[in-house]
Amino acid sequence: MKVGLVCPYTWDVPGGVQAHIHDLAIALIALGHDVSVITPADDEASLPPYVVSTGRAVPVPYNGAVARMAFGPLSARRVRRWLRDGDFDVVHVHEPTTPSLSLLASWSYDGPLVATFHTSVQRARTLAAAYPILQTALEKISARIAVSVAARRTLVEHLGGDAVLIPNGVSMASFADVEPFPGWPGDGGALGFLGRFDEDRKGLPVLLGAFEKLAAGRPRLRLLIAGPGDQDEVRRSLPPELVDRVEMLGLVSDVDKGRMLRSVDIYVAPNIGGESFGIVLLEAMAVGTPVLASDLDAFSAVLDGGRSGRLFATGDSDDLAANAVELLDNPEARAALVPLGKATARSYDWSTVARAIVRVYETVAPGAAMRPGSSRRR
Amino acid sequence: MQLWLWAVLLVVLIAGYVAATSNRLDRLHARLDATRAALDAQLLRRAAVTLEIAASALLDPATSVLLASAAHEARASSGDDADREVVESTLTFALRAAFADPDEAQTLAAEPTGLALLGELEAATTKVLLARRFFNDAVTATLAIRRHRLVRWLRLAGRVAAPTFFEMDDATPAHLSVAQVDPNAEALEVAPDVD
Repeated sequence: MKVGLVCPYTWDVPGGVQAHIHDLAIALIALGHDVSVITPADDEASLPPYVVSTGRAVPVPYNGAVARMAFGPLSARRVRRWLRDGDFDVVHVHEPTTPSLSLLASWSYDGPLVATFHTSVQRARTLAAAYPILQTALEKISARIAVSVAARRTLVEHLGGDAVLIPNGVSMASFADVEPFPGWPGDGGALGFLGRFDEDRKGLPVLLGAFEKLAAGRPRLRLLIAGPGDQDEVRRSLPPELVDRVEMLGLVSDVDKGRMLRSVDIYVAPNIGGESFGIVLLEAMAVGTPVLASDLDAFSAVLDGGRSGRLFATGDSDDLAANAVELLDNPEARAALVPLGKATARSYDWSTVARAIVRVYETVAPGAAMRPGSSRRR
Repeated sequence: MQLWLWAVLLVVLIAGYVAATSNRLDRLHARLDATRAALDAQLLRRAAVTLEIAASALLDPATSVLLASAAHEARASSGDDADREVVESTLTFALRAAFADPDEAQTLAAEPTGLALLGELEAATTKVLLARRFFNDAVTATLAIRRHRLVRWLRLAGRVAAPTFFEMDDATPAHLSVAQVDPNAEALEVAPDVD
């Protein structure tokens, strides 16, 4: 199958959408498909062979952030030429609501069009202003994919219609050989937490409650926290003697995320609700760190009902502490979870996700062959 | 000046708007045809695979008869039959009943032909679900534009009948993926309908 992928953001800048497209392209090529990616890029020399550049992108504010995007007649012409030369069976655009290449491609293309929506925070005002213009392009999309429940909800609320949910994959390769931070996890034991800790549903207070209990009997136990949020507020909520034993990294890069997960003896996911999928659990298991998570349905499903990681009663600090003790005092139990966790993470590998996406292509592409007018336009 | 000039300009603008709207409607009708054809193809495919499993003699005769009759009904009611939604839902129900027991999938998976058929059935049921989602999405978009006053007054939709949603039970059988024929069944998680 000849697949054309459209990336709206500059290839050289690291980002979730770019990483998704990169991993998807690699996985599709491995499955034997013919893939071409079109994207804005600064440095054309360093691009992989399957990537086509439309040139430099311009930083512009949109949807509450400054992103580097490509638009204008030159970009539109390059996208049209790429579509014509590519003769694709299916074109897959990402984030078609951003004013960049994806929107241009949806505008110009008349064949089977698949779109993936990544963003879960779409400013209502931005969309309301852009909607009449977007509509013409969005109406051409025959299959819509959302990467998370939140992204799907945003789509349903703001644009109408529906989408199928295909979560991001975990790239086992990029988590294979990460190194812990120097000095971590240390011989006193270390727990880890990752996420926006100012959101109640992430459950950091549950973990802090358990940490206080555990720290009393374990003078060298430490806690490593990564993610955005008000660090001072967390420090204030801790007993003064524990402040030095809680390390906060703030927002971390993708590379440091892997290292952070590797730097702890147990990764704890104390969420109290609203979690859609638990991709971080899979990432922790991919680097080989045992997982201790609240027994939400989604987490229980990912952890195979508690076989490839441990579950504790949601919101219960005492139960969390009791389970953590069993794992901290028992290196064999931790070691036994590592291969099970890695096997689970592998089943969510990109090759698996790519196969699910190929099914969407197959559903859309044969019907499109019967489309009146599609042969005329080719 | 030139009241007539303004009038001409206005007429040109209105004509342009009407042309653009009619173009959009055209494209939506084409998308509707394409997604309908895809849904039809996937439903037929699912019925065909089910028939093949029933005829393979790999399952017990009772289950085979159940599957064969449901699949036969589904295949016979192709096209625009009014009862197609019911018949296809019945096939879904039969498949779910047949594969409610994880052992059934394991029995099939033990034979090489059975393993291949099981993989095909799993793919077919998932694709029915996808195709139906995409078709209903196209119906939503088409109905939205057909409700526009301009489209109604100028009868831009012509004689094309207003599309209707295809409603059926398409929940996949619980234990098709247990045999690990196709691990992507787990990664592809489809959330419940919201409409």
